[in-house]
Amino acid sequence: MSDLILTPNINDADGFYAGLLAAHDGLDKAESDALNARLVLVLANHVGDNSILTQALQAAALTDR
Amino acid sequence: MNKIFDVPLYAFDRSPDQDAVTPVRHKVILIGAGPVGLAAAIDLAQQGVEVVVLDENDKVSFGSRAICFSQRTLDIANRLGCGQPLLDKGVRWDRGKVFFDNRQVYDFNLQPDEGVANPAFINLQQYYLEQVLVERVQALQAEGAPIEIRGRNKVGAIGTHDDHVRLEVETPEGPYTVEADWLIACDGANSSARKMLGIDFEGRIFEDNFLIADVIMEADFPSERWFWFDPPFNRGQSALLHKQPDNVWRIDLQLGWDIDKEREKRPENVIPRLKAMLGEDVEFQLEWVSIYTFQCRRMEDFRRGRVLFAGDSAHQVSPFGARGANSGLQDIDNLGWKLKLVIDGKAPDSLLDSYNVERVQGADENIQCSSRSTDFITPKSQMSRLLRDAVLDLSEHYEFARPLVNSGRLSEPCTYDGSSLNSADALNGPTQTRPGSVCPDAPMGDAFLLPMLAGKYTLLTIDADAPDMLVEDGIEVTRLALSVKDDPSMALKNRYLGKADGAVYLIRPDQYVAARRDSYEENAFRQAIRRASGKE
Ligand SMILES: Cc1cc2nc3c(=O)[nH]c(=O)nc-3n(C[C@H](O)[C@H](O)[C@H](O)COP(=O)(O)OP(=O)(O)OC[C@H]3O[C@@H](n4cnc5c(N)ncnc54)[C@H](O)[C@@H]3O)c2cc1C
Repeated sequence: MSDLILTPNINDADGFYAGLLAAHDGLDKAESDALNARLVLVLANHVGDNSILTQALQAAALTDR
Repeated sequence: MNKIFDVPLYAFDRSPDQDAVTPVRHKVILIGAGPVGLAAAIDLAQQGVEVVVLDENDKVSFGSRAICFSQRTLDIANRLGCGQPLLDKGVRWDRGKVFFDNRQVYDFNLQPDEGVANPAFINLQQYYLEQVLVERVQALQAEGAPIEIRGRNKVGAIGTHDDHVRLEVETPEGPYTVEADWLIACDGANSSARKMLGIDFEGRIFEDNFLIADVIMEADFPSERWFWFDPPFNRGQSALLHKQPDNVWRIDLQLGWDIDKEREKRPENVIPRLKAMLGEDVEFQLEWVSIYTFQCRRMEDFRRGRVLFAGDSAHQVSPFGARGANSGLQDIDNLGWKLKLVIDGKAPDSLLDSYNVERVQGADENIQCSSRSTDFITPKSQMSRLLRDAVLDLSEHYEFARPLVNSGRLSEPCTYDGSSLNSADALNGPTQTRPGSVCPDAPMGDAFLLPMLAGKYTLLTIDADAPDMLVEDGIEVTRLALSVKDDPSMALKNRYLGKADGAVYLIRPDQYVAARRDSYEENAFRQAIRRASGKE
């Protein structure tokens, strides 16, 4: 079983973040929520591995910090 | 014209039991002549076990109810001697379309498995299935099999004893008492047997209502399964259109929770809804309209001493996924041979506990699948709706999202991993045929494998040696010797050997794998037979 990467892993962190914000530009709350939901699904499919996805769900919940 | 469900099929006929001075004792009594009770009766009678079926009614199911029957159901029906009429009458389908809002998001083709006798599914009204089963009962009677259906015999009380069960039965000509060594309660979701024995039936109620309408129309819709999420003609809800034989179409419209059921059922309210869906100028007639709310729940134990529960009386699921009647028939498939062995004294009474364990596992799997479908179809929170809609939007553009769309995962047989009847896997073979799995079919020249494995313990050898017959503590096991050369399509090899050169399988009478090894080893197989009959 491989581990979820929780150390810095994005080449251009600032660039990605700006892109994420830009994707939401001009969208209202409902459209933005829908975009986020689609993004989660697209990324989840790319990851594919269920054990990684389970770890990601736990990491995002911020419960066992 | 009278519909088949309007005609008494097993009218009341006074039984000599009603005039007996002391109650007559039968081997097995079944309550309920629904699909599950009828199938159980046929299974037992075919094995020579005397059975009496009591039903408070005298006709087949009113209205279509179940319409979608799975490959496993057809395989079981073959074993019960009535698969062909179901295939002849049923509508085959393998295509479907999914719509979201006002557009089609994708279509699919359930590629049928190659090299299997039966299609993945057929659509057939439940009343036709029941009619075929009743005709099979009548054919068995004509052959002198010990099987009887008593119409308008309502069970009013049940007394349980260590070695028998006593029933009080109400008939148009007054009550009588009758006894049985074993009782199988197949009396449906509102099981009175369950209530009479004071057994709980807890689970999750889904707060929703569905309008089902079976309409007769000469329409040129193809025989596909069409499913709508949030369509313009039924905003915020779902809809389903599916074809049945005789130009009958099943329409299923989600209505939501706060509705007036009686009002919604009236034709003057149903017809405009259907017109909005089908188009103003499509001509149709209503065959049957009903509104249902569903629950997902099961009994804690499917066995209480000499009373066994099967079908909807033991478990209930949402209709998405066609798991109700299909899983009930799997209960019967699991129970029939076990009860026969126990009645014949060839297996301990505890073999019947494995019926409970295995079918509870099956019920839990079905409840989980159908609850998940329901949660997708009717999202329970704002966020689940948001995610659901995201899946649907993506599915229009990208193939990856389509497996996430869940409008019902159609019934598949349960694999009994961990069952005490299984022996440890001793073959480096395909996971599909590990112990606890139902045997997949394979072509054998003009015939198929599954019928060769039906109704008895079999030692299936594929390019391996073994004796032709093995008897272990009263249980006879006969060998079926095959070779991968028997099947040029290689289905037999791919499904049963994988990388192995040969294999020996011990197969249960319900066509489930009990044990497998790369070669025959007498002690190991004797032990496996003992395990597979509840003796270890
Ligand atoms: C709208 C709808 C769609 C469905 N679609 C599907 C589908 O596509 N595929 C699928 O597999 N399933 C489907 N189902 C479920 C399916 O109809 C049931 O699972 C199936 O009928 C259960 O069969 P049963 O024999 O256990 O019970 P039932 O069919 O309910 O039969 C019970 C019998 O017991 C008798 N009885 C009850 N009490 C007594 C008594 N005290 N004494 C004597 N007799 C008694 C009744 O008269 C009845 O004949 C659907 C159900 C509905 C409502």
